Amino acid sequence: MKHLEEKIFKIIMICAAIIILGVLICIIGTVFYRGMSALNLDMITKLPGGGFYLGKEGGVLNAIVGSVYIILGSLVISILISVPLVMYINFYLPPKSLFSSSIRFSLDILFGIPSIVYGAFGFALMIFLGIRASLLGGILTVAMLIMPIMMRSFDEITRLLSRDLPDALLSLGATKYEMIKVILRQLMPGLVTAILLAIGRGIGDAATVLFTAGYTDNIPASLNQPAATLPLSIFFQLGSPVEEVQNRAYASAIILTVIILVLSFSARYFSSKFSKNKI
Amino acid sequence: MIATNQQHFKSETYSFPEMKEISPLKKIITSQSIKIENLDVYIEDQHILKDINLTIPEKNITCIIGPSGCGKSTFLKTLNRMHDESPEVKISGKVYVDDENIYDSQVNVIDTRKKMGLLAQRPCPLPMSIFDNVAYGPRIHGMKKRKAINQTVIQYLQYVGLWDEVRDRVRTSATRLSIGQQQRLCLARGLAIEPEYILGDEATSALDPLSTKKIEELFVKLKEKYTIILVTHTLRQARRIADNIIFMYLGKIIEAGPTEDFFTNPKKQLTKDYLSGSFS
Repeated sequence: MKHLEEKIFKIIMICAAIIILGVLICIIGTVFYRGMSALNLDMITKLPGGGFYLGKEGGVLNAIVGSVYIILGSLVISILISVPLVMYINFYLPPKSLFSSSIRFSLDILFGIPSIVYGAFGFALMIFLGIRASLLGGILTVAMLIMPIMMRSFDEITRLLSRDLPDALLSLGATKYEMIKVILRQLMPGLVTAILLAIGRGIGDAATVLFTAGYTDNIPASLNQPAATLPLSIFFQLGSPVEEVQNRAYASAIILTVIILVLSFSARYFSSKFSKNKI
Repeated sequence: MIATNQQHFKSETYSFPEMKEISPLKKIITSQSIKIENLDVYIEDQHILKDINLTIPEKNITCIIGPSGCGKSTFLKTLNRMHDESPEVKISGKVYVDDENIYDSQVNVIDTRKKMGLLAQRPCPLPMSIFDNVAYGPRIHGMKKRKAINQTVIQYLQYVGLWDEVRDRVRTSATRLSIGQQQRLCLARGLAIEPEYILGDEATSALDPLSTKKIEELFVKLKEKYTIILVTHTLRQARRIADNIIFMYLGKIIEAGPTEDFFTNPKKQLTKDYLSGSFS
């Protein structure tokens, strides 16, 4: 009997593993199967020409550049806010302070808010401030979306840090600021993980940028011009009745995936370069 | 912040070791003294240290022994004000270090910690190279010149006997050293800030016998110039290296005295029981 239980459970576990792998292979397979035929150099080097969405010539360079601008801009904003916040609640506030636990609680709530709500909020805010759909609006809204993710995951990793390192630094007569500088070196891989999670969510999200960044066939030349994004570009191409254009949507999806991979690998590379003295 | 540190550094009367010195311990410390009066420590509602009155002899090794939870480590932390980081700890009483009560409001905590080199239970190298680990303290306390820093690092690494083992890889990560080497590195790092006192919190409990021996020998060598206070779990270690023993139990000092006297002729019944192993 026990032997049977063991066997059944083992089969369930293996099935679960196979399902996950299968889903991944199916997604990537479909995207590549439909997208590879449409993927060519034009896709990544040309702007959409007239009638692009009806099957004429062109590429999605506008969306590639727009997406990269928006994610890099929002990463800068959210790193500048996340790092001080996480350092503050972990090393300046007492461990069980009411303030730090309420911050963590609000981060949990912000984490769970759907991206369309951020989009709607960003849109309302922009109307209030008199900003039209633009690169700036997109950057700010995506920053709002990815900040809780970055803070929460960076906070989790920071809390795991043993007290030995801060104590060692303080007993050497370091000020808190000097202590933070060394601790950040130790936490660099954790920060990179947090950034990667944030990139993953931010770059692929269509709902936040729908109203806030707008859409354009050109590359934005300044912060107050509208910017195209890959998720929206995919959305518009998929909506076309022409099969060729639909295939281009899958090709754009391949490009999006590759961008995420490139950003991930470069983040890992720089992190290992900066913290080569880590354990 | 760095600017104020520099000022503190300049205001000190001693300087870092110079090139021609054979021993890095050039600093001449005329008198060291730690005197504790009516010290009480509470953590939340628990009374951890009860009315401690103590004078610690200078340039000696003083070992604090006692069963787990008797307040040894808490006591050690009051000496370099590490409790400042924990708001739940309340301290009353006076701790005079060099005739200055370190809990006075005008005393700068950084100055106090600079006087106390701490060697923790587990070695905790900073996430940087071996060289930078030792150079860290002098750097944050205002040492700028590369030559001076090089000299300091090499001398303290030599002093703890690590230089010959690591001389061709001082620029590599400190975390690749063995545990025993890491502990000696931490000692060199602590000495490089030129303390007057050395505090050890069970500094050898994570080490193998050979590394323990090396650290113990270093302590004995260091007591020429420094006042050393060690918390230890091993009675044999206390007997080997200590000049004075303080026996604590449940937050109180039960008995204190010179090592030989303490071990051969304990005065209190509790001490006799502890030494004979009736409780631990």
